[in-house]
This record gives sequence, C-alpha cells and structure tokens, in this order.
Amino acid sequence: MNIPAELLYTKDHEWVRIDGDVATIGITDFAQGELGDIVFVEIETKGETLEEHQVFGTVEAVKTVSDLFMPVAGEVLEVNPELEANPVAVNEDPYGAGWMIKIKMSNKDTSGLLSADAYKQLVG
Amino acid sequence: METTALKSTALSEKHISLGAKMVPFAGYNMPVQYKGLIEEHHCVRNNVGVFDVSHMGEFRVKGQRALDFLQYTTSNDVSKLFDGKVQYSCMPNATGGIIDDLLVYRVSEGEYYLVVNASNIEKDWNWLQSYAAEFGVEMTDESEQTSLLAVQGPNAIKVLQKLTAMDLGEMEYYSFKRGNFAGFDNILISTTGYTGAGGFEVYFPNEVANEMWDKIFDAGKEFSIQPIGLGARDTLRLEMGFCLYGNDIDDTTSPIEAGLGWITKFTKTFVNSEYIKGHKENGTAKRLVGFEMIDKGIPRHGYEIVDATQQVIGVVTSGTQSPTLGKAVGLGYVPTALSKPGNEIFISVRGKSLKAITTSIPFHKQ
Repeated sequence: MNIPAELLYTKDHEWVRIDGDVATIGITDFAQGELGDIVFVEIETKGETLEEHQVFGTVEAVKTVSDLFMPVAGEVLEVNPELEANPVAVNEDPYGAGWMIKIKMSNKDTSGLLSADAYKQLVG
Repeated sequence: METTALKSTALSEKHISLGAKMVPFAGYNMPVQYKGLIEEHHCVRNNVGVFDVSHMGEFRVKGQRALDFLQYTTSNDVSKLFDGKVQYSCMPNATGGIIDDLLVYRVSEGEYYLVVNASNIEKDWNWLQSYAAEFGVEMTDESEQTSLLAVQGPNAIKVLQKLTAMDLGEMEYYSFKRGNFAGFDNILISTTGYTGAGGFEVYFPNEVANEMWDKIFDAGKEFSIQPIGLGARDTLRLEMGFCLYGNDIDDTTSPIEAGLGWITKFTKTFVNSEYIKGHKENGTAKRLVGFEMIDKGIPRHGYEIVDATQQVIGVVTSGTQSPTLGKAVGLGYVPTALSKPGNEIFISVRGKSLKAITTSIPFHKQ
C-alpha cells in the first residue's frame, strides 16, 4: 500500500500536503481501494470556511458512498476541476491527479493529524 | 457486535490467494471484488466470469406428495415442471409477505431440489419443515456439503463444453443435466444465473471444489476467464431488474407489489393464496418500479422517494451506477399510480431532491 512519508493523514483516510498556509487534501490509497470504482466526487463547499472534521463533500463509488471530512479547519479555495470529467483519477493516482481540494488553513494546528508511520499502523 | 464466527466456503482460501477483498455476507466470508467491480462486471457481460456462490442453500425434497407439498408452499405452478426443468418461484408467508425467493429443480416425479438464499437457510428450512409432515415428504439440507459456481457470460458455454460430453448447447434456459463434468461423476449443471449474461451454474461436493475451480479456470484460460466478486453480481442483477431478497423483497412485501405476479399462479391453492389473490384483483397501494436518475446522483437502498412537493411517497430498495449503461439506476416502491414508465419522481440524496424517471425493466435490454 502506498503511504507517502512526506504527507500527513487522518483516521478518516484523508491525506494532507501542507505548503505554507495552504493544504492540499485527498483520500488515501487505502481509502480508494476500499471504496472501489469511483463514479463521481461531489464537492460544493468552495468558498466556505469549515471546521476540522466537518464534511466538505462526498465521494460516490459504484458500491457505496462516503463523506469527505476536513482534516484541519480552513477555507476551501479550490476544487480539483479534473475530477468532474475523470473521477477515476482518485482510484488511479490518489496522491497526485486525484487530489480533491486546496484550503487556506485557519491556523497552523496539525496536532490532530497522523504521521505516515502512525497511519500505516492504523490501516495495518 | 456480531459475535457469530463467519463461515467460509470451500473456496475462501482460493479467493484470498487471488487477492480478493473479502467481506461478511449472509454470515459467510465472501469475495466482494478481485481486480475491480466495473472490470469484473464487463467481463461477465461481454466474456465469461466465475462467481463462488457456495453460500447459497440447497434442500432436497423427496416423497410421493412432493409435488403437492411444493404446490402449497411455493407460488409458481410446480406442475409445469418436468424432469430436468428449473423454475423461479417464491415462498409466500402467512401475512402477505415473502419468506424467500428460490429455484425449484425437478429431479424426478418424487424428488425436487430447492436452491434458496444463504441468509434465509434456517428460516426457509423451519418454514418448510412445518409443512413437511402434513405432506409426508422428507427433506435434507445439503447446503453445508454443496459448493456452487456460477459461470456466467456469453463465452461460458465455450469454456464449460470443453469439460463435459453433455451437450450444453441444446439446453434451454432454466434447465439442468447431471453427468460427468470435469472428470467428476453426477455433477449438476443448470442454465441458470443472476446476471442476464447467459451461462451456467454448477453444483458439486465441497471435496472437489478446489479441483473444480482449477479445471474451469484452465479451460477458460484461452478466453481470459476471470473470478468475479459479489459487487459485480449486484450490479449485473440490478441491470436486469432482478429482485434481491432483503433489499427489494422481504417478509413484508407482497409478490404482486414486487412485480412477481408472473411467478404467482392462482390456478392452485398455496399458503395465503386467497389474500394475495386480492392483491392481484384489487391492486396494491404500491409497486416496485425501475427508475433512472436524470440529475446526477446515485440512489441507494433506504433512500426516500419524494414527489415535487417533497412529500415522501416511497423508498429506494436497490440502486447503483450501471456499468453497462453508464447511468445511475434503481428499484423502489412507489404509489401504484406512478408505477408506469415515464413518471417523474425525486430521490432524496443527502437532503437534496434529485430528479429521476420511472422506466421499464430490465434496464439492460439484450
């Protein structure tokens, strides 16, 4: 299973890449594998400021649907425009082309996030 | 928490070694997918794939009055069967609902083979047993000893014909033969399935399960045969509008409401037949219908169906994104007045009303 060492993670299987006060967020390789073939990603929170753990969207797979949770608090700046036409990018490249949102972090508090090692232990 | 240990089929280790994602289903540890649901789905629709459905239950019924027993406990007309013929049917309960849907195989005049849903084995057994003495029939539960592979898809016949001298091409839909298959004697093979893709189901003892699997996959190698999980089984059956017990039909749904009038025959008396006849003659308040999403969204079991004014008018019983059609489809109960194709309904998806239209089933027209 692919768990890049440079990213941070949540128990809800999101990953976070922090660059200054901007965080890029997606779902992990484990998560996309559990969901299976993804049909579409619905994110209608662009421009909204959300708290940590709040739902920022949902991902619909053939078999199931899952909410997407904010790993940290912040304002949703951007939604990956490629996912509309190509949601399978989340399956094929969850840490790259399958990224979901970029947010402006409300604060620098990342104490609630897991390291790659800690996440690896979580998903066994 | 569920504390009952999960049962395995004779092939569970095989699935795990093939990299299947295993999930609990009807008390069994079953493969939900191997490589990916959509790929597996297309493999069955267009080529050939193999499902392990050994969790299904099998009962043998023997006795001089076996026909009378089944005429009374099942809804279809069992007298239409002849040796080697299979029938889809259901067992009505005493309160207007359905105990289970099942397949009835006529082995001989006094012997039938019933195939029931895994989740209902115990309930079905107890129900049938409660009538067995009255009709003097003997029943045996062969579920635990029996493995079942569904080999489905347009190329299934090419694969399986390599393994037997029995002429599979001459078999009509819903019939069966017994004979030497893959080197094993007395194997039951039927032209049944749950995919609408054509193909066969093969019943055999657990002891030969791994060998049987390997022989079928060796024979299918030249056709790129693939193992298929329960995920694709669900999307394949849903494209055909086939009911799934526990989703679309259950102890509270009448066979008439569920669109199973075609397997409910009032030319005979069966459990609760007078009451269900009333459903046929007077109509029912609701009907199971197929629908397609117009707005973007996927219907799921349990979602509410609402009208244009947000009033709840029904419930979704099954739904998915159809891999063959490339659109979201579902089954659900709506007021009978809206059950004809072409009616606009709305599906309540996470607080939003998404437009859908009732359609005829099967969704996938062959």
